[in-house]
Amino acid sequence: MIKKFDKKDEESGSGSNPFQHLEKSAVLQEARIFNETPINPRRCLHILTKIIYLLNQGEHFGTTEATEAFFAMTRLFQSNDQTLRRMCYLTIKEMANISEDVIIVTSSLTKDMTGKEDVYRGPAIRALCRITDTTMLQAIERYMKQAIVDKVPSVSSSALVSSLHMVKMSFDVVKRWVNEAQEAASSDNIMVQYHALGLLYHLRKNDRLAVTKMLNKFTKSGLKSPFAYCMMIRIASKLLEETEGGHDSPLFDFIESCLRNKHEMVVYEAASAIVHMPNCTARELAPAVSVLQLFCSSPKAALRYAAVRTLNKVAMKHPSAVTACNLDLENLITDSNRSIATLAITTLLKTGSESSVDRLMKQISSFVSEISDEFKVVVVQAISALCQKYPRKHSVMMNFLSNMLRDDGGFEYKRAIVDCIISIIEENPESKETGLAHLCEFIEDCEHTVLATKILHLLGKEGPRTPTPSKYIRFIFNRVVLESEAVRAAAVSALAKFGAQNDDLLPSVLVLMKRCMMDSDDEVRDRATFYMNVLQQKQKALNAAYIFNGLSVSVPGLEKSLHQYTLEPSEKPFDMKTVPLATAPITEQKTEIAPVATSKLPEKLAPCRQDIYQEQLAAIPEFQALGPLFKSSEPVQLTEAETEYVVRCIKHAFTNHMIFQFDCTNTLNDQLLQRVLVQMEPSEAYEVLNYVPAPSLPYSQPGSCYSLVRLPEDDPTAVSCTFSCTMKYLVRDCDPNTGEPDDDGYDDEYVLEDLEVTVADHIQKVLKPNFGAAWDEIGDDNEKEETFALATVRTLDEAVNNIISFLGMQPCERSDKVPENKNSHVLFLAGVFRGGHDVLVRARLALADGVTMQVTVRSTDENVVDVILASVG
Amino acid sequence: MTAQSCPRQHCATTMDSAALEPSLYTVKAVFILDNDGNRLLSKYYDPELYPSMKEQKNFENNVFNKTHKADNEIAFLEGMTIVYKSSIDLFFYVVGSPQENELMLMAVLNCLFESLSQMLRKNVEKRTLLDNMDGVFLVVDEIIDGGVILESDPQQVIEKVNYRADDSPLSEQSVAQVLQSAKEQIKWSDSKITFLHDL
Repeated sequence: MIKKFDKKDEESGSGSNPFQHLEKSAVLQEARIFNETPINPRRCLHILTKIIYLLNQGEHFGTTEATEAFFAMTRLFQSNDQTLRRMCYLTIKEMANISEDVIIVTSSLTKDMTGKEDVYRGPAIRALCRITDTTMLQAIERYMKQAIVDKVPSVSSSALVSSLHMVKMSFDVVKRWVNEAQEAASSDNIMVQYHALGLLYHLRKNDRLAVTKMLNKFTKSGLKSPFAYCMMIRIASKLLEETEGGHDSPLFDFIESCLRNKHEMVVYEAASAIVHMPNCTARELAPAVSVLQLFCSSPKAALRYAAVRTLNKVAMKHPSAVTACNLDLENLITDSNRSIATLAITTLLKTGSESSVDRLMKQISSFVSEISDEFKVVVVQAISALCQKYPRKHSVMMNFLSNMLRDDGGFEYKRAIVDCIISIIEENPESKETGLAHLCEFIEDCEHTVLATKILHLLGKEGPRTPTPSKYIRFIFNRVVLESEAVRAAAVSALAKFGAQNDDLLPSVLVLMKRCMMDSDDEVRDRATFYMNVLQQKQKALNAAYIFNGLSVSVPGLEKSLHQYTLEPSEKPFDMKTVPLATAPITEQKTEIAPVATSKLPEKLAPCRQDIYQEQLAAIPEFQALGPLFKSSEPVQLTEAETEYVVRCIKHAFTNHMIFQFDCTNTLNDQLLQRVLVQMEPSEAYEVLNYVPAPSLPYSQPGSCYSLVRLPEDDPTAVSCTFSCTMKYLVRDCDPNTGEPDDDGYDDEYVLEDLEVTVADHIQKVLKPNFGAAWDEIGDDNEKEETFALATVRTLDEAVNNIISFLGMQPCERSDKVPENKNSHVLFLAGVFRGGHDVLVRARLALADGVTMQVTVRSTDENVVDVILASVG
Repeated sequence: MTAQSCPRQHCATTMDSAALEPSLYTVKAVFILDNDGNRLLSKYYDPELYPSMKEQKNFENNVFNKTHKADNEIAFLEGMTIVYKSSIDLFFYVVGSPQENELMLMAVLNCLFESLSQMLRKNVEKRTLLDNMDGVFLVVDEIIDGGVILESDPQQVIEKVNYRADDSPLSEQSVAQVLQSAKEQIKWSDSKITFLHDL
């Protein structure tokens, strides 16, 4: 055994670790010997090692003590001991952010980087660049340029990598070294070439032409380093993606040729790049899949893992392309590396037939407890996808999921399971009761508040409609007794829904509510008192408005309106109808991702689109008296894609007005447009009140102009209108390079496509979780019914989609999904009409030769009913 | 040396993001733990990944608990691809983003292990490693610089570090120690002789 350090350390350490009981203060005390003459390299080296070790263990060094030690260390540059000098460089790098005035070593380092000792030069460059800031960079620029093209590879590499680190800090300076980097890229040394290419790409990545040239040059001449090949493949696939280049381009050929490289690393990188390309055809995938197939039987676990992980990804989009590998994947399902086994099984679940599902599920349950949460989530996602594919298998899946739910696991994992069970319940009504029972069992012992409240909400929604609602009450009330405030409050809300919907349960629910009114938490008590009072009224309409279907306004909007109300005291009570509605959430996108990296970044609550528009419009003085923004439409293109000017329009509806926002882009680099506005000629009694032009529209910088239109007051049913639009502006020719415009300009105009306003622009989507209750709430005072024959439509699906997009209303109760092999269907739509009138539509559809549709409309306002029926007809 | 932030981390949250932003920043972290999971050396190159010491040690603990029982070479934990290798009472880990080419990470791990193995004359165990800690720091510094793979050939690394694992020069060792080790050697050769004799 090699014994190098002082005996003392060994005794103080607990046998095997000489660094175990290091005291920072003692080490710093020892560091005083740095000042002794002559320098004892061995002891000094040992102390520097201790300092770096302590820093590495997370020991905190105060600025003063660090600076003191740092300054003492600088004396060690007098020694010529190689290792000691190298450790000094390391200390400099470690202390660069802790100590003050680290720049005093600049001259020592500059001397070393230009000196004769090659061993020092590379590390000295890296240490120097670590302590250099933008201002000092100029001073060492000359040395850096020389170092980049130095014939000693370690010097050149160090200079290139350090330059790369400094790109962030001083892009402009480093950019001046591009010629040197270019020269280094032709180096014979493999690492130098790799580093030079990396730096060149970082400097040029915004210049597509330069990147393409670089690719061409190096892919033709061939590269030495497998790392460099990987880098080039990534650049090529990025270029392909950006240019949406066809797969016959030389870039694709290059990537494909890399599949035959002698390094596995390069082959895998190329295969992975092909697999990740959007719109890859089966034929293009085939060679990539076959190399991955070969890797599946590699003795190297990392390669097997890489291969099966990539195949798993292929299987999501092109299951048939992977079926050829099924045999190889079967061999991996017993792999001792459980990550590999899991990925293999989930891949097989995607590609295999329905008959193999049971066997695979059995295999995976044998080791599901051994794998990490990340992979358990993958398994759950695979099951979720499977349930959609083979709905008949839902009982097997449900069993499996409930077992998983009982096992230990983190939040992400449990949430994935709960989400999966919920989606099974929604897809398969017959699995509802088993699913709810599993979830009830789960919340009996659930540490995650978010999940417990989510499940309680679901129980409140679904429970009352099951044959035996009473059995859920116990589970819910247990939560009121045992859980934290948030869960108790959610439980109270769920209880209220049972009471509201089931008359025979109402007396018991009221008893439980009374108990909740004595809760220690304000929110729970408030909710209980509120529901108690609503329930005692025994009125269906009240129940519907306040228990089943909650607020449908946008929360930030409500906050703003209330704030505004408090600022301007008035006698009038606050009117909920002035609050902008929440835009109905688009059905959650199912993310089918292989191991989802648990996002460490806090999820930002993005303000919704409409709130942003509201802010933007409110900032324009002409539009301030219009009241709250009711609805903003999706953008409509008013020009072809490749024209001189690109214009799209967003329609903003207000109570009695509409604003048309035209987002214009000028794609001519020799023109500057000024005073741009879009003139509109309405076909109906709409009146254009005002134009707000965009003052100036330089090349490729989008700008907006607005038109304000008043809706016809005397005829509330005139909801649709066609506008012919012309863009008018002043053109000033300008120099394409500098953008400098001529002094004179001339007026010009450009005809746009017609703009349609339809009934959908006046209706905001609102989700009514309990449509039946909302239907009863509005009542049949303004009910109207009509029957239509839709001759051109061939399927129920098509009819449903047409109606939804035409009326722009929110489908409720999942009625937008037409079950297979049915000849009739009922579609429920909910929305709010401009002015705050609730409107509900029930459309019964029957399929014969064409589709026959009976539409029943209810609304709080009679005109609205007419508008809807008129527009459907 | 918490180097410049890596531009790739922004797309690192899911495995699904189509392609990697081409970049030299390959390694997110590297660490060496002992067989109790204690940190002997660790470097994080991406300042946004586990910025605090507590998070780093939690991560290391989690990784250690999930990996020390089975020598599986590769794992996926906390959204990171991790390649690892063990030797006697040491565990070596290299961490990369979930989209990173696993074989590149393996190249780094192999280079680290081979270099240390050569430097420590195949005695890749905790005591020897700690006795040559300065050399270990230098080796890591030559292989990865701020997350960029600086060198992947162990021979090159050894040449660049130019570190002599100490061959116990007499001056620093007490006479007693020399005697002790001499005795051990004699004992050992004795037993070998007896062993041969038995044959």
